[in-house]
Amino acid sequence: MATEDRTTEGDRKGRFGRLYKGHEGQYGWLLHRVTGVAIILFLFAHVVDTAVVGWGPDAYNRVASVYHNPFVRLLELGLVAAVLFHSFNGVRITLIDFFPGLTRHARALGVATILLFIGSMIPITWIMGTAIIDLLLES
Amino acid sequence: MATTTDAHPVAPAPGARPPGHGRDRPVRGFELWTWLFMRLSGIALLVLAVGHVLIMHVLDEGVDRVDFAFIQLRWASLFWKSWDWLMLVLALLHGVNGLRVIVLDYVRPAGVRLAINSFFTVLGAALMVLGTIVVVTFDPADWPA
Repeated sequence: MATEDRTTEGDRKGRFGRLYKGHEGQYGWLLHRVTGVAIILFLFAHVVDTAVVGWGPDAYNRVASVYHNPFVRLLELGLVAAVLFHSFNGVRITLIDFFPGLTRHARALGVATILLFIGSMIPITWIMGTAIIDLLLES
Repeated sequence: MATTTDAHPVAPAPGARPPGHGRDRPVRGFELWTWLFMRLSGIALLVLAVGHVLIMHVLDEGVDRVDFAFIQLRWASLFWKSWDWLMLVLALLHGVNGLRVIVLDYVRPAGVRLAINSFFTVLGAALMVLGTIVVVTFDPADWPA
């Protein structure tokens, strides 16, 4: 445990002394995982709720009425955001993987991904958000 | 770049790859094919899933208009039935393989790993069978308005 032997940057800063800050690409990587897990967990449930359509209108409409709830609709907005982020970020990953030369423009591609995501979420949040507010006012 | 186990052969570090962008590209075997599948199915899902989400959840009243009659009308078309079935299969394979990659990173004991991966594989397969049966057997004419 001789402190003078510590040579790496992380050790000099102290093992627990500072908040770990990753490269920005790492946050994209983490968000890709988090959104991916959220989407597949929703999908497991969504296949089952859609399958109820095979039992006719009474059964299916009862399931579909779950969406007539402002909180569920907020989750729905989150789901749309997760799908869009995961898709756009997935395109970025695939482009860099298939065209390694693009690595030089990694930062520009990252910025483009974020702008595309935010740019598409603005109108979507407006559209879905006003529907949620209407639903709140109804009840 | 850290690799999780020796079971995943990776290409020599190209050096040009920026840090923090996940694991290296596998060079052969199952990991190479699933790596490729994730990217190709991802491109297909960019159209199928993003299109689905926009149509069903955002545009034209979104989910407010989705009820049995809406599905009945939609699944009268072989185009939308094929769209939904292809999306079902690709999304489940893409998602279950994604979970497998994550489990490989965070779960070390081999038995627990196998248990979790088996659980999601069986669940994914069962849902693929259920979804396929529903899409294929659904006949809008069975349910007169």
